[in-house]
Amino acid sequence: MLKYVVKRLVLLIPVLIGVVTIVFILNQLMPGDPARMMAGDGAPEEAVEALREEMGLNRPLIVQYIDYIVGIFTRGDLGTSYKTGAPVLTEVIERMPTTLILAGISTLIAVGIGIPLGIAAATWQNTFIDYFSSCVSFIGVSMPNFWQGLMNILLFSVYLGWFPSSGFYGPEYWILPCLTVGTSTMATITRTTRSSMLEVIRQDYIRTARAKGMSEYNVIVKHALGNALIPIVTIVGLEFGSLLGGAVLTETVFAIPGIGKYMVDAITNRNYPVIMGGVVILAFIFSVCNLVIDVLYAYIDPRMKSQYKTKKKKKEAEE
Amino acid sequence: MAKMMTPAIEKVEKARANKKISSGISPTIAAWHRLRRNKAAMISGAIILVFVVFAIFPSQIAPYGFDDQNYSAAFTPPCSEYPLGTDNLGRDILSRIIWGSRMSLIIGIVSVVIGLLFGCVIGAVAAFYGGKVDEVLMRIMDVFLAIPNMLLALAIAASLGTGLGNMLLAIAISNVPRFARIVRSSVLANKGMEFVEAATAIGASNSRLIFRHLLPNSLAPIIVQGTLGIASGILCACGLSFLGLGIQPPTAEWGMMLSSARQYIRGNWWMVTFPGLTIMLNIGCFNLLGDGLRDALDPRLKD
Repeated sequence: MLKYVVKRLVLLIPVLIGVVTIVFILNQLMPGDPARMMAGDGAPEEAVEALREEMGLNRPLIVQYIDYIVGIFTRGDLGTSYKTGAPVLTEVIERMPTTLILAGISTLIAVGIGIPLGIAAATWQNTFIDYFSSCVSFIGVSMPNFWQGLMNILLFSVYLGWFPSSGFYGPEYWILPCLTVGTSTMATITRTTRSSMLEVIRQDYIRTARAKGMSEYNVIVKHALGNALIPIVTIVGLEFGSLLGGAVLTETVFAIPGIGKYMVDAITNRNYPVIMGGVVILAFIFSVCNLVIDVLYAYIDPRMKSQYKTKKKKKEAEE
Repeated sequence: MAKMMTPAIEKVEKARANKKISSGISPTIAAWHRLRRNKAAMISGAIILVFVVFAIFPSQIAPYGFDDQNYSAAFTPPCSEYPLGTDNLGRDILSRIIWGSRMSLIIGIVSVVIGLLFGCVIGAVAAFYGGKVDEVLMRIMDVFLAIPNMLLALAIAASLGTGLGNMLLAIAISNVPRFARIVRSSVLANKGMEFVEAATAIGASNSRLIFRHLLPNSLAPIIVQGTLGIASGILCACGLSFLGLGIQPPTAEWGMMLSSARQYIRGNWWMVTFPGLTIMLNIGCFNLLGDGLRDALDPRLKD
C-alpha cells in the first residue's frame, strides 16, 4: 500500500512538469512586457532594460524554462508577485484558510444533504421523494453558481437583510457563499448517489440480504451504501479538489479574499507570475486530492485492496 | 427469377405492406422512437430550437436592437413596453437576451465541435495504435486534466486575451482531454469487434478503419457528451464573460449582462434575474436533452 502511494507521488512529478510547461507556454503568449509592467508606464527605457536584465528576461527561453522548473522543484520558488513583490507561494498559503473554510463547509453541506437525499431517492424510486430530489438536483446542476450567488444576495441581503453580501470576516459572512457553492455541489452528489445506489439495489446480494430477513435499514445502509460508495467518494473528492482551486466565480461575487479571487485579480492586473504559480499550485493540490481518492478506494473496497496485494504477490512469485 | 411465394412469406409480405410489422428499423430510427417518448428531452429540444431561432433571426424577433439606448427609460421595471425591464443604459433586457442567444449558442456549439475534432482524433489514434502512442497521448491529456476545467479556461483566456475567438479556443482546449478519454474508451471497446476484423481482412487502411469504421460506431457516447458539453461550454462562457475575460461590451451576452447588473443589484432585481434564468433554462435543456439522448442511444445506461 505504502509502495503504491509513493509510486503515485513519484508519478505526479512528470504531470507537474507538464503543467509547468503548459503554463510557461501560455505565459509566453501573454501580451505585454513584464519588465515594463513592473517598472510602471512612466519609467525610462534604461530602467526597464535594467529590470529586464535583473529579472532574467533577456536570457534564451529554454534557459528561463529550465530555471523556472528547477526553481519550483528545488526551492519551491514559484516567482514573485509584480504587485506586492512577495513570493507567490507565501501569498497563496496566506489565502488558503479562507478557501479551505469555503470549500470545507460547502462540501459538508453538500455531503450532508446530498447523500441522504440520493439514498432516499433510490430507495423509494419513482415516488414523490425521488421526483423531488431529481428536481432539486436538476435545478442545482443547471443554475450557474455566480448567478445563484447574486440571487442569494438579492434575497437574503438586499431584501431580507439577514446576511452581509460581501467580505469574509466571520461566520455570518460564510453563510451565503457556502450555501451558494454547497447547493450546486449537492446537486452533483445527489445525482451520483442516486444512480450508484440504483445500480447496487438491483444486485442479487441485496435480494439475498432481504430474503435473510434483514431490516430494510441494514440492507440499505450496510449492504447497498457500502457497495455504492466508490462513485460517490470519487465525485466528492473531485468536487472538493476543484473547490480548493477556488470557487473562482463565487469568490468574486461575494468579494471573498481567497485563492480564486487572488487568481482573478492577478488576471485583471496581468500579474503573470501569480497566474503561472497559482495554476501550478492548484494543479498540484487537485492532483493530490485525486491521489487521496484513489488511496481511499482501497479502504472502501476490499476488492481493490486485494488487487494491490495480488499484484505484489505476483511480483514476488516472478522474482 | 420470380420470387417463390410460400403461404408464410405471403403472410409476412402482407403484414409488411399493412405496416403491421416493421421491416427492420435502423438503430438511429429506433433511438429516435425512444427519444420521442421522453417528454422532458423533447420539450428541452423544442426550447433549444426556439433559442436557435432567436440566434438566427434576432433582428426580426427582438423588439429593440441589442444596443438601443434610451436614457430616459433607464432602470424601468418590467412593464408592457419593456416586458423584462431595462438596464442602466435604458436598453431592453428582453431584446438583449434574444441577441445574446447568438453568442452563447455559437460559443457552446463551436467550442464543442472544435473540442470534439481534436478529442476524436487524439482518442481514436491512442486507442487504435495502443502501446507507446496511447501512453504518450494519454499522459499529455492527464496533464491537462490535472488543472481544473474552469481554471484552465481562465488561464488560457488570460494569455490569449479577450474576444469571441479566444474564448472559443479556451473552452475548446479545456474540453479536449475529456472528449479524448471518452472516444478512446469507446473505440477500445469496438476495436475487438468482428466488423473491424472484417474490414482489416479486406485490406482497409488504418485511417479508413479509424474514420469509417471505428469512429462512426462510437458515435453514441460522443453525441451524448457533445450535448452535455454544449451546456458546460455555455456555462463556462458566461462565467468568463462575467469575469470580464470573454465577450466585451456592447455586444449582448448573458454572462456579461449579469456582470454589469451586479453593481445595480439594489432595487433593480430584474436586471440580475432574467439573464440568469435564461442561462439556467438553456443549460437545463441541454442537460436534459443530453440525458435523453443517452437513454435513447444506449438504453443499458438508463438511470
